[in-house]
Amino acid sequence: MPLPELTGDSVEIGAVVADWRAAVRLAGLALVRSGAARPQYGDEMVRMIEEHGPYVVIAPGLALAHARPGPAVLADGLAIVTLAEPVTFGHPYNDPVRVVLGLAIKSTDTHLAAVAELANVFNDSNAIEALAQATTVAEVQAIMSGGSE
Amino acid sequence: MKIVAICGAGIGSSGILKVNAERVLKKLDIEADVTAVHLDSLEMARDAQVILTSAEFVEAIGKTFADVIVIENFFDTDELTTKLQASLGS
Repeated sequence: MPLPELTGDSVEIGAVVADWRAAVRLAGLALVRSGAARPQYGDEMVRMIEEHGPYVVIAPGLALAHARPGPAVLADGLAIVTLAEPVTFGHPYNDPVRVVLGLAIKSTDTHLAAVAELANVFNDSNAIEALAQATTVAEVQAIMSGGSE
Repeated sequence: MKIVAICGAGIGSSGILKVNAERVLKKLDIEADVTAVHLDSLEMARDAQVILTSAEFVEAIGKTFADVIVIENFFDTDELTTKLQASLGS
C-alpha cells in the first residue's frame, strides 16, 4: 500500500494547542474528517502514549501518533498537524514537537509499504523543519511526496 | 541473524525501524531477518540477537540475551549504522 493520500481534510497547519494530548486529538479529528477513522481513534492514540510513554516522538520535533488496527479504523489514513507553538511530550531526546502525524492502519500485514514511504520522506533530515514552516496544504503535499520522486 | 524492532503497537514506529534497519544492513552487506513486533509479542524476540527499540521500552523488555539498542532518531540512518556496527562488530 502506498502512503495514504493527503487532502485538505487531513492536513491542519499552524494549529494552536494547549498540550500534546490536544495535538494528538487534532490529528485524530483530521483522520475522522478524511474518513479514515471513527471519533474514538483520537482517544486511542492518546491512550497509547499514556500507556507506553512518549515513544511516538520518533525524531526531533516529530510525533508519529497511532493506535493499533481495530474497529476505530475505517481505512488506511494519514493526517498531518503542524503546531504554531511546539509542545512537549516528555521525550528524553526529541522534544519539543512541532509536527504531529496521525496514522491509521487497517491491517498490520499491509502497512510496511506505507511506512517505507514515510521513511523515504523523513530520512531527509530537512523534511520536519520544512513541514513545520509550511503555510499551505500544497506545500505539505509537496514535501510528503518528496520521497517518491 | 535475527533482529527485532519493538514498539507499543507493532505498527508505525517499529515499522520505520524495520525499514531503515534493512536499508542500513543492506549497505553494510549483512544478512539479517528484521521483524517489527509489539510489546505483547515479546516472545517473538526471544531468539533475536539484536533488539531495536526506543528508551521507553527497555524496562518492559527486561532481561534478554539479545543486545538491546536504543534508537533516538528513527529516521537517522547514520545513527542506526553506527549502533548496528558497534553491536555486530563489523
